[in-house]
Amino acid sequence: MVTLQNISKTYNKGAIKAVDQVSFKVKKGELFGLIGPDGAGKTSIFRMLTTLLIPDGGVASVNGLDVVTGYKEIRKQVGYMPGKFSLYQDLTVEENLNFFATLFNTTVQENYDLIKEIYVQIEPFKTRRAGKLSGGMKQKLALCCALIHRPTVLFLDEPTTGVDTVSRKEFWDMLKRLKDQGITILVSTPYMDEATLCERIALIQGGKIMSIDTPEAIIKSYPSPLFAVKSSKMSVLLEDLRKQDQVKSSFAFGEFHHLTFKENLPENQQSLLNDLEKLGHTCLEMKEITPTIEDCFIQLMSH
Amino acid sequence: MKNVVIKTDKLTKKFGDFIATDAITFEVYEGEIFGFLGANGAGKTTAMRMLCGLSIPTSGGATIAGFDIYKEAEKIKANIGYMSQKFSLYEDLTVIENIRFFGGVYGLSDKEIKEKSDDLIDLLGLKEESKKLVGSLPLGWKQKLAFSVAIIHDPKIVFLDEPTGGVDPVTRRQFWDLIYEASNRGITIFVTTHYMDEAEYCNRISMMVDGEMKALDTPTNLKKTYNAASMDEVFFELARGAKRQAD
Amino acid sequence: MKQFFTFVKKEFYHVFRDRKTLLMLFGLPIAQIMLFGFALTNEIKDSKIMVVDYANDSASKEIIQKLAASDQFELQKSLMSHREIEAAFKQGIVNLAVVFPANFNSDLLSQNSAQIQVIADASDPNKANSLTNYVNNIVRDYQQERVNESQLPYQIQAEIRMLYNPELKGATNFVPGVMALVLVLVCVLMTSISIVREKENGTMEILLVSPFNPFLVIISKAVPYFVLSLINLTVILLLSIFLMEMPFEGSLLLFYAESSLLIIAALSLGLLISNSTDSQQTAMLLALMGMMIPTMLFTGFMFPIENMPVPLRIISNVVPSKWYYIIVKSIMIKGLGFSAIWKETLVLVGMTAFFLFVSFKKFKIRLA
Repeated sequence: MVTLQNISKTYNKGAIKAVDQVSFKVKKGELFGLIGPDGAGKTSIFRMLTTLLIPDGGVASVNGLDVVTGYKEIRKQVGYMPGKFSLYQDLTVEENLNFFATLFNTTVQENYDLIKEIYVQIEPFKTRRAGKLSGGMKQKLALCCALIHRPTVLFLDEPTTGVDTVSRKEFWDMLKRLKDQGITILVSTPYMDEATLCERIALIQGGKIMSIDTPEAIIKSYPSPLFAVKSSKMSVLLEDLRKQDQVKSSFAFGEFHHLTFKENLPENQQSLLNDLEKLGHTCLEMKEITPTIEDCFIQLMSH
Repeated sequence: MKNVVIKTDKLTKKFGDFIATDAITFEVYEGEIFGFLGANGAGKTTAMRMLCGLSIPTSGGATIAGFDIYKEAEKIKANIGYMSQKFSLYEDLTVIENIRFFGGVYGLSDKEIKEKSDDLIDLLGLKEESKKLVGSLPLGWKQKLAFSVAIIHDPKIVFLDEPTGGVDPVTRRQFWDLIYEASNRGITIFVTTHYMDEAEYCNRISMMVDGEMKALDTPTNLKKTYNAASMDEVFFELARGAKRQAD
Repeated sequence: MKQFFTFVKKEFYHVFRDRKTLLMLFGLPIAQIMLFGFALTNEIKDSKIMVVDYANDSASKEIIQKLAASDQFELQKSLMSHREIEAAFKQGIVNLAVVFPANFNSDLLSQNSAQIQVIADASDPNKANSLTNYVNNIVRDYQQERVNESQLPYQIQAEIRMLYNPELKGATNFVPGVMALVLVLVCVLMTSISIVREKENGTMEILLVSPFNPFLVIISKAVPYFVLSLINLTVILLLSIFLMEMPFEGSLLLFYAESSLLIIAALSLGLLISNSTDSQQTAMLLALMGMMIPTMLFTGFMFPIENMPVPLRIISNVVPSKWYYIIVKSIMIKGLGFSAIWKETLVLVGMTAFFLFVSFKKFKIRLA
């Protein structure tokens, strides 16, 4: 469906390497996530795939069409939701939707079944101007507009950035239902916790892909056992952990600190707890945990 | 008894019929890391603007660092630092020019500015980049620099509006190291974030829903109260009841 | 085609929902016309005049007395000859001179008609116009009195000479200038801003990713401004004809056809600007500096081009509004037909074709 082969993109006459030899494939009907922080190259990749930018190197195709030569055809077949809210703020919800439907040579009625579930949530506000909607509703409207011509491939560039947790959850539920209708979805996000909601993900940093697989496989490939530890004084604990010889890496992670050991020994946990107690830590708690995608990302970044 | 640095009393802001912030009353203690959470449109930005002396409340009152928000807005501004995700530094000035500029804005002497900027560049490891334009730095570095600049005048309180949005996980943690370090120096941190793991790093957390402050406690107690395994669940539980749709 | 109309409709929504800009678009030209048309021709008091009285008889003395007594004039001095007039004008001591020929009264008695000469400094055309009108009124009053006395029809003809600005470039010349300015401003500025706004909002990305032809995006953006400009033009035209009593001698159809030509030239310039910038601010600055100022300077309605140094006169040739200005004046004031302005029209057509070609050539179907 979507393939990239050694795709590169530079800006400022080569001074900035935004995308560096990226290759991956997205299968038909897959929900594929591009996970990485701002500036990792996600938007550039999306813009090349949606024919808005020409790659400096490599080849890419969407639905078997080359992104450079087949741009006219691709534009008919894909849906795209850019990172910034890209609808007309001074048009109403209804006017925006009708406009985009006509733009793609279709009508709202024709594809209403596809957007119905999402649209009913914003329908009570259909005469309101888009600029006056809340973040979550804007995003739903933008998704409706991107879907209105029944695209076969949907590109969503950071659809959940700046959106609160509740709206984010709703949004991912909608994506799952769209996927069930057979639409191939490429989504990018800086939120690592959203990675597990995708079927396959690519972790990207500095224009390079660090890992591509299913979230489960990426977690499984975490090289060493991961432990979580907490005490009554978390900031001191982190400093002390960094000073411990047997600890390979340690970093804050929510209410715990996560750490790995240099060597995989059975007595690791107990000896560390003893050492920490000697340093005056109380209420110590330690357990082995399953890594999250964020743990994997941190681990991959340290290479 | 802990020193109180922020104290609000039924702080309210209305825009016409719309009550953006509805009689919020709370205290923040010196050196505390205070998490200010809430869904989009819950009234966080409005409240934060009032606390920074940028916006006059409709009713209620507050003292920031001992100064009244009605009468002593200028004194408040001299005693706080502010950093937001959107604007914090001039992209078309170099690292060193930005530091000097903000040092000057906050009335530091030339000698102080010199010392501070040397310390700061050392601390952030920006020696090589000090003459580069801020616009050319990676986002994470920018944010770390912006934070350091926001506390260059050793304010009593620093307000951080989503400082780590879109920053990679490693740099995000380095950023929190800076926050801890500032907090240990006695600077009070008032921070908003969308990352729930970061909520755990705060000493206490408040949750805004529909302009009201619905919860205020330590992360551990909040999880207990709402019988939740993570802050994510606490947030979801509280924000789900929100009626307000528009921003 | 339906897509195109939807697009145009959407553009009209944008225009009508941005009340402030709309108000400015229509308010500005009206204010300009009013300002130049009325404010500057307000009643003039105590203008310095002088007389050359070759007749020195009862009639001439009586008229001079009336002139001196009026509020509008302050009699500076009486001169002996024409030559002194020239010098006085050059020094800027006086604004108007009235010359009575020898035998003024006897001509009036014997032939029932006589002539006086009124010479005005027309470098301020509005003022010159008013002053000569005042003189005419006073002379007519005098005539009336003598007719009443003697029952004989006397005729005093005032021969008016305008110095320095013989064509009397005033309101009549100003209106075509404002027209050109408004068309250029609205079309260049508004089109470029409205295209760049789509880029800034990120909506351009979506438009480009749609199967809609990018060129149609541009054309449909131009339509509302084309219509708006024509409405604006009509408002100015009506104002100047009915309020300021401007003549309209020529063909209305030709006038609108030529105006459309300038509009298209301006629209393609706006497109060119929008291609080379990504921010509304830059677009605005480019349009103002690059278009408005040259239009003001080189169209010829503010500063006469024929008085400019040669290099500036050459530059003025590349400003489209200069040609439009000549065309409109010919149509409105002189009532000339196409045969008289085909050369200027050809220049405009050439320019329009060139701008259109370049802007379509430079138009990007992708980002960056």
